[in-house]
Amino acid sequence: MTTILDPTDERVPVARQLSPRTGEIVGRLALLDISKPKGSLLLDRFESTLQQRLPGITINRYAKPTFTKPAPDELRREIKAQNDFVIEALAD
Amino acid sequence: MSKAHNLLPAFSLKNNIGEDISFPNNRQSLICFVKEDCPTCKTVMPILEACYKAFGDSIDVHLVGQTHAGNLQLVKQFNLSAPMLDDSSLKVSFAYDVEIVPTLIRSDQEGREIERQEGFVREDWQNLCTTLSNDLGLPAPEVDWEQFPEWRPGCGSLSVDPLIADRLQAEAENSPLRARKIEIAAADDEFEFMFDQGFTDGLPLVPPTPERVVRMLTGTRRDSQEVVAIVPPNMGDATIEKIAINAVMAGCKPEYLPVVIAALEAVCTDEFNIHGVMATTMGASPVMVVNGPIRERIGMNMKLSALGQGSRANATTGRALRLAIRNIGGAKPGGTERPTLGNPMKFTMCFAEWEERSPWDPLHVERGFKKEDSTVTLLCMTSGPTLIVDQTSLTAPQLAGSFGLALANVHHPKAYMGSDALLVICPEHIDTLLKDGHYSKEDVRNRILEVSKRPVKELLADELSGVGIPADRFAAMPEEMQEASLAKFRSPADIHIVVAGSDAGKFSGAFHGWVTGPMGSIVVTRKIEE
Repeated sequence: MTTILDPTDERVPVARQLSPRTGEIVGRLALLDISKPKGSLLLDRFESTLQQRLPGITINRYAKPTFTKPAPDELRREIKAQNDFVIEALAD
Repeated sequence: MSKAHNLLPAFSLKNNIGEDISFPNNRQSLICFVKEDCPTCKTVMPILEACYKAFGDSIDVHLVGQTHAGNLQLVKQFNLSAPMLDDSSLKVSFAYDVEIVPTLIRSDQEGREIERQEGFVREDWQNLCTTLSNDLGLPAPEVDWEQFPEWRPGCGSLSVDPLIADRLQAEAENSPLRARKIEIAAADDEFEFMFDQGFTDGLPLVPPTPERVVRMLTGTRRDSQEVVAIVPPNMGDATIEKIAINAVMAGCKPEYLPVVIAALEAVCTDEFNIHGVMATTMGASPVMVVNGPIRERIGMNMKLSALGQGSRANATTGRALRLAIRNIGGAKPGGTERPTLGNPMKFTMCFAEWEERSPWDPLHVERGFKKEDSTVTLLCMTSGPTLIVDQTSLTAPQLAGSFGLALANVHHPKAYMGSDALLVICPEHIDTLLKDGHYSKEDVRNRILEVSKRPVKELLADELSGVGIPADRFAAMPEEMQEASLAKFRSPADIHIVVAGSDAGKFSGAFHGWVTGPMGSIVVTRKIEE
């Protein structure tokens, strides 16, 4: 038998739980632009379509400073505090 | 080394008739480590037996032997009545820091070390016996001291045998290892197992056994549990131990470890942005350039084939960085690493600058370090090295002009002002640059900027290629901007220059960068702490 040492960070992946589905979408919705080219166009379309279909929502727009880096902690906290749902757009 | 008054580690060992013998046992003790193939140990056996007969009722006399078969042989050959304890696992010898056999230790009844002797010095042994005899009020052992040599050196303890000592260190209570141990069944092939676990870059790995990792950790003075970086995307803690495990797998020698540590620290900064570098579809990769005295010390290649294969120090150091990012950070192709094509630099890309062949300040001095510092500089590159073939330029402006024309194609001939580049100038090209006198690195950079400059009108997207300035943006420009020219790079500092390669051949190399600046990746240099 050979013993080796674990080269990883030893984190057992925690299975992510889906948010409960209530059957309706009301409340505050964040649209997050990751700052890829034309991401804002995609989100503009989302915004107008969703406003028509879901009159019970308020839409807030956000943008990451750059798509190349993870969203800053402060932005993540802000989005979480001010919204019930997030749609993040990747475009090119 | 004085160990006087240290509390000795407790132990329990079996004697030659299978009984468990413990130390300390609320009595003074005389402990002697021996091994059968040591002539000095054999010389002192009759003295130890005489001590047992003289003092054995009042104190514990433990003979500790280092091999099972050797112990039985000693008992038989010297007709010992003194108990011979079996330390064939060598754990007690290791815990007692025994380097020489015989080592004779006297302890008080709490197990505190009073005296230690290595090898055999007749006078010292005789004095010890006299002291014990006086302390205990018992007759001295029956030893004809004149029959013994005045002095004999001992032999090396088995516990410091290089083949065994690393295993003992890994298993000891103060072991520097904390990583999870994975046991691979005897029927499994450990190489296949590591492929199955996803630890590898696609090539076989050296199994990171505890012995190998302990040996790797001798390459640094830093604490094995020090966290030197947080590695994205999993934000995993990079301890020195985890880096050492990945360095073992990559095939590094212990002396390469400080380079790997410094490189991982460098890439995990916000400036370098390893998360974006690994994630980008452009297939970027860290490139390591090593400067300073460590180059020679660890045998890095900076000459013939400097950017190619064949050097263990270059190949495994670069690979260790990549494996650490993969395993500690979790960046894997298909996960958060998503290059469209990728490139072979993602296996390894590390070389040293041939500072002595360069007429200029080396890279690390340009970047604010002392010449005598050893450093590693991390550059984010998407492709390279692409060859710049110029066997015919005879003057510095001509040759630097060739560099400019070649670098004008970084990413795309119409992609301007977004990237940086690493230019590796070969020695024969250095000779050409200096042929007519002084020609500085700044001269090379300025010539590159001058030659690669293009009128804005030539950089428009058109029927030939959709890359370039879109027609509507051009139309919206003020007239003077429409008539202006653009440099390939935003600043001369975006052209990084080092010297490497063999003395023969007029072929320099260029690496093409990624997105340079705070939106992408910025070059980072770290001092290597040895």
